[in-house]
Amino acid sequence: MVSIRDLRFRWPRAAADCVAIESLDVAAGEAVFLYGPSGCGKSTLLGLLAGVLVPQAGRVSVLGQEWAQLSGARRDARRADHVGYIFQQFNLLPYLSVLDNVLLPCRFSAARAKRAPAGAAQALLARVGLAEALWARPAAELSVGQQQRVAAARALIGMPALVIADEPTSALDAALRDGFMDLLLGATRAAGSTLVFVSHDERLAARFDSRLSLPDINTAAA
Amino acid sequence: MKALFGIAWRSAWNRRGTLALVALSIALATLLLLSLERMRSDVRQSFSQSVSGTDLIVGARTGAVPLMLYAVFRVGGATNNVRAASIDAIAKHPAVAWVVPISLGDSHHGYPVLGTTPEYFTRFLYGDRQPLALAKGRAFAGTLDGLFEAVLGAEVADALGYRLGQRITLTHGAGGVLAAEHADKPFSVVGILARTGTPVDRTVHVSLAAIEAIHLDWAGGAPMPGVHIAPEQARKFDLQPKQVTAAFVGLKSRVAVFRVQRFVADFEAEPLMAVLPGVALDELWDVVGIGERALLGMSALVALVSLAGLVAVVLAGLNERRRELAVLRAVGAGPRHVLLLLAAEGALVTFAGALLGAAAAVLAIALAGPWVQARFGITLQLSAPTASQWALFGAVLLAGMLASLVPGWRAYRLSLADGLSPRS
Repeated sequence: MVSIRDLRFRWPRAAADCVAIESLDVAAGEAVFLYGPSGCGKSTLLGLLAGVLVPQAGRVSVLGQEWAQLSGARRDARRADHVGYIFQQFNLLPYLSVLDNVLLPCRFSAARAKRAPAGAAQALLARVGLAEALWARPAAELSVGQQQRVAAARALIGMPALVIADEPTSALDAALRDGFMDLLLGATRAAGSTLVFVSHDERLAARFDSRLSLPDINTAAA
Repeated sequence: MKALFGIAWRSAWNRRGTLALVALSIALATLLLLSLERMRSDVRQSFSQSVSGTDLIVGARTGAVPLMLYAVFRVGGATNNVRAASIDAIAKHPAVAWVVPISLGDSHHGYPVLGTTPEYFTRFLYGDRQPLALAKGRAFAGTLDGLFEAVLGAEVADALGYRLGQRITLTHGAGGVLAAEHADKPFSVVGILARTGTPVDRTVHVSLAAIEAIHLDWAGGAPMPGVHIAPEQARKFDLQPKQVTAAFVGLKSRVAVFRVQRFVADFEAEPLMAVLPGVALDELWDVVGIGERALLGMSALVALVSLAGLVAVVLAGLNERRRELAVLRAVGAGPRHVLLLLAAEGALVTFAGALLGAAAAVLAIALAGPWVQARFGITLQLSAPTASQWALFGAVLLAGMLASLVPGWRAYRLSLADGLSPRS
């Protein structure tokens, strides 16, 4: 599903590599917990997985397709088709309604739109436990916890093969965090998507199929 | 692509307050550019049509521009007069259809007095060959009974509040503190002309014979001491003018215009010249038209400043929007989409502003047109946009789109460099 070989990535004008990973594999349908403290190249690695960044050396492939072999426009189209992404916070476009935010990936990808029949967005919102009264409201009016749940629904609309979550619980308090984790893992399993979940919070690790420590596999951070 | 425009629209609507201000400043610049351009072309047109239907203007030999200045615009004075005999000779030329002599020199409250023949009111055309129309009353008769009759231009009547039957006296020369009045021979107003937007509006018209009559007992610019000729007695004198200032000449066929012009230039009895009014007016416009270009340059600068404002506003908002751009990138938007989003927003704002400005320009001309016509005699036409107005409108749009590429390009660079994690 996800395969990394001999990866090296350096930001422009940076003195040293930011990410250097010899080998990493994630099986289809697996939920992987990627642990690492701040500044160990987590966000950069996720950018590489999502095909937004391209490594200077090595291969990053998703669904058997290597990102670097595609043109920029093709990478964008493929990301829209197969990748759902959840940020730490500020996931939503504040001026769109909750429902329009969830449907956003379908506007950029015909494949996602095809896999999301009418009512799919509503079903997802119901699944992440967002009251129906909020669906038509502008995203800006929601609380942080509600916004993260909408973000999860958006990442999952149209059943993307890979869902990437970049510390999605760091802005939530303990009670909200556990509820969110239940929703995210349940919805991801239901959609059959692979989940790559990055966090510095080791307490969450137990819920995942497999656990990886980024400092251990990223030789550049050492 | 359609989705992107929808998002661009919603995003712009979200920041409508700021963007409305930018659109408003673009609208003002467009309004300024378009209405100045309309005014420029209409002023030029009304200027170049100050006289029409006249083929030649004849005067003492001087330059074409000075001759136009005093014969048509009544500015400045003639250095020399033309003998009445010479005018008669020109009138007898086989190609000449009509001659209307004019005599200038006196004034009334600063407005020039023009002595002429009754034919003036039918022969003198302006604009698109429009004849002079009387708003009230009639033309002066030109007979001895109607010797002291005057016809006023619209502005003279308006400014001085004169009505038909009003008694007025003329001032010798251009007026001033020491100017002597022809107080002994008052005129009565028998007609008031409709507004033309030409120097005719500022003119007091009397007959040539009347000009002779009021100067019978004058010599060297002052009343002759001890000589007084009453108005009634004046009618007994020979009031045929010996000299006039200039003459408007109409030809039987325009083909003969250069032949007659040469005939006048070669006139042996005295040095004369004849000018083609259209050509001379164009020449004169070149002199007075410099200001118009300065005005146009100024409004171009205003447009430039508004567009710079657009760029500044969009650029300033860009840092706050880096999150928004990252979200779009995450759901599959490419850097080129981001560029398009920003450029589309700028284009949208420019287009809205330019359209608003054009509508305001139409409205302003429709509302202020009658007032400008009444106040300044400039007919602002509410017609289809001129070619240069289209060009200006297009230039504003094009410049706006180019200007919005600047923040678009910056956003493109940012989203390439940021990836999915904006580092601010």
